[in-house]
Amino acid sequence: MIAEDRKYMTINMGPQHPATHGVLRILLELDGEIIVKATPFIGYLHRGVEKLAEARTYHQALTLTDRLDYTNGLSNNLAYCLACERLCGLEVPKRGQYLRVILAELQRIAAHLIWIGTHALDIGAMTLLFYAFRERETILDIVEEVTGARLTPSFIRIGGLAKEMPPKFEGMVKAFVKDFPRRVDEYETLLTENIIWRKRTKNVAPLSKEDALSYGVTGPVLRASGVYYDVRKAYPYSSYEDFDFEVPMGEAGDVFDRYDVRVREMRQSNRIIGQAIERLPDGPICADAPEIVPPAKDDVEHDMAALIRHFKLMEEGFRPACGEAYGAVESPKGELGFYLVSDGTAKPFRFRIRPPSFINLGAVPKMIEGQMIADVIAAIGSVDIVLGEIDR
Amino acid sequence: MSGSGVTHTRLGDAFGAVFAIERAGSQEAFIVGKERLRDVLSFLKGDESLLYVMMTDLFAVDLSGLQAGAGKPRFEVVYLLNSLKLKERIVVKVRVNEGEAVPTVSDLWRAAEWLEREAYDMFGIPFENHPDLRRILMVEDFDGYPLRKDFPTEGYGFEEPFKVDLESESTPDGSGAASKKAGR
Repeated sequence: MIAEDRKYMTINMGPQHPATHGVLRILLELDGEIIVKATPFIGYLHRGVEKLAEARTYHQALTLTDRLDYTNGLSNNLAYCLACERLCGLEVPKRGQYLRVILAELQRIAAHLIWIGTHALDIGAMTLLFYAFRERETILDIVEEVTGARLTPSFIRIGGLAKEMPPKFEGMVKAFVKDFPRRVDEYETLLTENIIWRKRTKNVAPLSKEDALSYGVTGPVLRASGVYYDVRKAYPYSSYEDFDFEVPMGEAGDVFDRYDVRVREMRQSNRIIGQAIERLPDGPICADAPEIVPPAKDDVEHDMAALIRHFKLMEEGFRPACGEAYGAVESPKGELGFYLVSDGTAKPFRFRIRPPSFINLGAVPKMIEGQMIADVIAAIGSVDIVLGEIDR
Repeated sequence: MSGSGVTHTRLGDAFGAVFAIERAGSQEAFIVGKERLRDVLSFLKGDESLLYVMMTDLFAVDLSGLQAGAGKPRFEVVYLLNSLKLKERIVVKVRVNEGEAVPTVSDLWRAAEWLEREAYDMFGIPFENHPDLRRILMVEDFDGYPLRKDFPTEGYGFEEPFKVDLESESTPDGSGAASKKAGR
């Protein structure tokens, strides 16, 4: 029975809804077409990654990180490895750092391409999806050539990288860097000045600077609201201080600004990749720490001692000293961090993931309350969430 | 990584010996009692020379079994704050026993609302004055707190096969669920 004083209509959106990018459920209370209250429900994809990692050695836990934000495997690997390296006090050689930057930035472009394709598709601009996925395919070809996998590479390892780059790598990356700016121009022709796109995104679901800080949002959502914070600039890791790039900013914090920030960010990522591949130094790719870093695969095939060491590291792992460390990267979604607590054994005592999507999603009710119901999809799309990371 | 000279000096001036500083490896942490937690955190957020305005993370650790945790309360709630002004992070910790409540900071940072819900969901730590303290990742009627050290990785009842309750399923002669339905 409906209470007499109740005048709002409750609508359940999700968890099986094509525009929620996974299994997100939002309970909307509506006054006509206006949203009065929005309550997200999450956890449908919870796999207990933090608990699972506590039962694995540090090397083994790496594979779990790929599966958090599955559009962004290499950045996840990098964040976890940075935390482990800080815990053990390892320093990766310059070549390893530059290669990590190239791979992470390629992955950022690929993740943003998925976002721009699906976000435009949600709002009704279908064409862009096919263009965006064409370039994403080029990137995935490079990732496949290098790592052998397309989505879950587990390629960035504690202390360096899994192996040296294949001979075709440099040519493929250079061809992509040369071609890509023209492609971004193509996307912008379709959207940026498109009157329908602007009407669907301008002044929609805004988030003020103060709210953005209070809700702890990071990444493009924070920068679209006009707060200058990028982990690559504030706490440079993996030699980001060597590269010349800008941090695109927005002002209004609406859906259009988030779009604009990400599009310009793709151009900057392309610049970084160009600089890194031009100035790629020679030398080793892994830190010189035989007690932590496994031997190269070639050695394992020919050298008995290397084979034994490989098995011991993979089976028993290594034992960092008791301590704690936090490592974070600027993932395409925001600040992705890992907080590790070591008790001196081969397995992490506490494996905490700081998921950017989880915290960014917390601000979505604030964005959409007072907005039209048709804009919920635009708001969710503009935050760029991945439920694999939210639910962990 | 955390707590440069400015932070140490300002905190020392304002609070004296309210907090202890502990080092765990390269990571430095400020240990605060739960009575003064909100004072210290709102000072860190509001002080003009510090401005730790961003809550990066809030999570709990179950210290049982940890050698360094011997003789301490069971849980530790970790606050990871970020100052955009100083470009520094700071780790503040508060330690509580099982069942003991921690004051909420969700009015200082809205980000804490969901993060505290997660700490409650995973460890069973209650947060005082939290506006909406419900489970967030697990289902509402879930039994136990998964990230506690005494919770098995596979969950409870992993070895037991699924029970098939034939009685409650409908049978041709109209007994079981079908008869219940008919009786209603």
